[in-house]
Amino acid sequence: MVTPVLPKLVGQRVKRREDPRLIQGRGTYVDDIKIAGMQHLAFKRSDVAHGRIRAIDTRAAEAMEGVEAVFTGAQIAELLAPMPIGTSFPSPPHRALAVDVVRYGGEPVAVVVARDRYVARDAADAIAIDYEILPAVVDPELAMTGKPAILHPEFENNVALPPLPNGTGVSRDGKTVDDSAIDKAFAEAEVVISQRMVNHRVVPNTMEPRGVVAHYEPGKESMTIWSSTQAPHILKTMIAAMTGLGQHQVRAIAPEVGGGFGAKINIYGEDYVAAAISKRLGIPVKWVEDRSEAFVATTHGRDLIAYVDLAAKRDGRVLGLKMRLIADVGAYNMLLTAAIPTLTMMMASATYDIPAIRATLTEVFTNKTPTDAYRGAGRPEATYFVERAMDMLARELKMDPADVRRKNFIRPDKFPFTTQTGAVYDSGNYEAALDRALEAANWKQLKGARDAARAEGRLVGLGLSMYVEVCGFGPSSGMATGGWEHAQVTVERDGRITAVTGVSPHGQGNETTFAQMLADQFGVPLEHITIHHGDTAVVKQGIGTFGSRSQAVGGTALHLAGARVKAKMARFAAELLEAHEEDLVFESGTIFVRGAPAAAKTFAEVAAYAYVPVPLPEGLEPGLSEEAFFEPSNMTYPFGCHIAMLEIDRETGEPRLLKFVAVDDAGNLINPLIVEGQIHGGLAQGIGQALIEETVYDQSGQLLTGSFLDYALPRATDFPRFELHNTVTPTPLNPFGAKGIGEAGTLGSTPAVVCAAVDALSELGVKHIDMMLRPEKLWRIIGTPPAPAHGGRA
Amino acid sequence: MAQVSIRVNGRVRKGDVEPRLLLAHFLREHLNLTGTHVGCDTSQCGACTVLIDGRSAKSCTIFAVQADGCDVTTIEGLARDGQLHPLQEGFWEEHGLQCGYCTPGMIMSAVDLLNDNPTPSERDIREGIAGNFCRCTGYQHIVNAIQYAANKAARK
Repeated sequence: MVTPVLPKLVGQRVKRREDPRLIQGRGTYVDDIKIAGMQHLAFKRSDVAHGRIRAIDTRAAEAMEGVEAVFTGAQIAELLAPMPIGTSFPSPPHRALAVDVVRYGGEPVAVVVARDRYVARDAADAIAIDYEILPAVVDPELAMTGKPAILHPEFENNVALPPLPNGTGVSRDGKTVDDSAIDKAFAEAEVVISQRMVNHRVVPNTMEPRGVVAHYEPGKESMTIWSSTQAPHILKTMIAAMTGLGQHQVRAIAPEVGGGFGAKINIYGEDYVAAAISKRLGIPVKWVEDRSEAFVATTHGRDLIAYVDLAAKRDGRVLGLKMRLIADVGAYNMLLTAAIPTLTMMMASATYDIPAIRATLTEVFTNKTPTDAYRGAGRPEATYFVERAMDMLARELKMDPADVRRKNFIRPDKFPFTTQTGAVYDSGNYEAALDRALEAANWKQLKGARDAARAEGRLVGLGLSMYVEVCGFGPSSGMATGGWEHAQVTVERDGRITAVTGVSPHGQGNETTFAQMLADQFGVPLEHITIHHGDTAVVKQGIGTFGSRSQAVGGTALHLAGARVKAKMARFAAELLEAHEEDLVFESGTIFVRGAPAAAKTFAEVAAYAYVPVPLPEGLEPGLSEEAFFEPSNMTYPFGCHIAMLEIDRETGEPRLLKFVAVDDAGNLINPLIVEGQIHGGLAQGIGQALIEETVYDQSGQLLTGSFLDYALPRATDFPRFELHNTVTPTPLNPFGAKGIGEAGTLGSTPAVVCAAVDALSELGVKHIDMMLRPEKLWRIIGTPPAPAHGGRA
Repeated sequence: MAQVSIRVNGRVRKGDVEPRLLLAHFLREHLNLTGTHVGCDTSQCGACTVLIDGRSAKSCTIFAVQADGCDVTTIEGLARDGQLHPLQEGFWEEHGLQCGYCTPGMIMSAVDLLNDNPTPSERDIREGIAGNFCRCTGYQHIVNAIQYAANKAARK
């Protein structure tokens, strides 16, 4: 029986079902969990960026009243194997707690177990560590020379990943490289844009810091671990492997999770240490990160340098693109660290039909906190580099930035489109998004307003950026965890529906959107449906929430499981109604023969029969519970166009965003209200990176922006009202035609803002400015503009 | 140890506390009022905001002993007789939250904001909540939520 997706609740602005508990302070986050006998952990962290541990003195800590135990790195190494990663890239040895050498400030070195968090903190502070301080390196291009520090002796010149090529002329395995096409493109070019660009490091800063409660019960030989994670099933798998337990002995729970943004995919040393200590001592233990600790202990995002060369004809047609990437991955590879920048290479074609592309990626270790996924993870970087280059091309050719882009779009009839870097875009209509944005922003009028402001001597600029995003990760071929998602749908004995999903939302509202889908599928009220997630004892299998995959992959799995239950329910109903199941209608919580609603059976009546099936219909098992695994055939590629208008104060250099228009095409939408929220949040992070957020290390490797006092997190006063519009280009890859929207806002917004700032300063001869746009940096440019002959400045 | 007596959500609560115990931890650990969240250690984020004698305050910046004799309202005490406070209603109606972690503090700050200024402009609202971080929403729906509550009060 085919289940049509009817537009009833799907597509509506349904209020979130998560909210009543959260607006009344009734959510349960990790730090809210209390277990009798629970002790608290505090980590002693390295205060040097690079050093050899000469001695650790834990005696004072151990002597404190209320301290249960202290473990050093060497002691933890006896309980835990080296830290695993989730990619096949080469990786240096990494211990949950450092054993001999510390390689970044904040690396954990020892851990205290104590009665409460105050005592634990006091005791951690009382641990004395003697370091032989080694030279540190924080600049990846310097690190590649092997000076002044080598982090891992087995990685020559700190190169974590030697130049990995992708693009035209590069074989699939990257081993053979033919330069003829890319060389020809540049030989035929009439104009070449060349620019070094930096997409700087940012700190994810979920409002809830990380936390973990580990509870090993010796009598049951089983471990329950609560963690502020985006991926409880990955956590379960890794905790089992690291503690020597079977996966059947580990239950992982993501309770209420206060934001993730990619930083809570990784399984951290603190998770493993908590589990190992709980198992060793046979007591529950809790650790919750302080904010200042989070700044150094939780993975950072971005941190890529790109050398971009764009070859074009004078009419604006792009012939070729070279993008040489240097990724500063920090001190170690974490779960996905090494893979993230490969997505930047993969997305080098952006929304454009570029006939020849050569991307190369080098990854470098430095004495900084490791990087890993951060909202967008590799795609915002690609968007930034390509869109800035397109903008520079437009300026060089004195073309409207919209026109140069329009000239190079992949045409709508060319989808599915395989880019030179191997991405297969599912569907797209880029010109429609551009036109919608130009119309919504009133581009011509906006240009007039900008020019009028300039005539008054003001520094006002306009910036435009296209983007194409990768969502719905992804086929299992590209993911070590598997790229599917799992769901189970049960019609209970009273006819109500319980559904479980393997995705693990932490703000995305899937308890609402998934219930909307099922309500339509079964023809029942939203209130009759409960969505469970995040507990591996309830959700048998799953991958988790990241890569904007919840709807496209998780939602589809749920729809497939729902369809199976519905088909079985129809067979039971057909028996009761003495009809064929093809003739049945599911509507308003009842099932009836088409045209005969008066004789309807309620869900409760059909369920009662299904669970006490006397007589049992031939070929049927009792019960109404089915599951499904959905393996997507590919990722989805939403896209859009963002426009920013920005003014820079000539006296102070302070940039102010005057207007921001976003057109996003995520395919069909399940809940536009929630989609808007996702876009707003993405915009704030993308604009935040351009205008506000900056991660600064000094040359000795000390993080200077290590708390909210120093690291500027965007506030409500930093943004104008975002103006949102959309176009709809469904994906053919899932029954809803929904692509995903979780990360998209971070892609176009950053380059749109920087393009606007460059436009504002164009009268001074500025061609490029590296983020972030600190007032002081802009003020210096205004004070001493570059000489016209030399062009751009960084 | 010091004795404190603090009226919390209308009920007098006594406790023996270390002088260094933060009010936020007194609420969370001693009274089990875990709706008050702690999001930083430098008094920037505002997740721990409560009302002390009717004014918003960051409960991570105050020792429990300093609140001795005070009247404290937390997010758990905002709804009355099963009726959501207009701000809680506004946050729900306008999708003013995603992960929900900043939400209790954001709502408590907004209570004080609307007490001071019942008819705030958008700029007033944005400035009024500038002491509270939200990483999920980009603030726009939070602004809408506070406007919703202000409009509701104005209609009465």
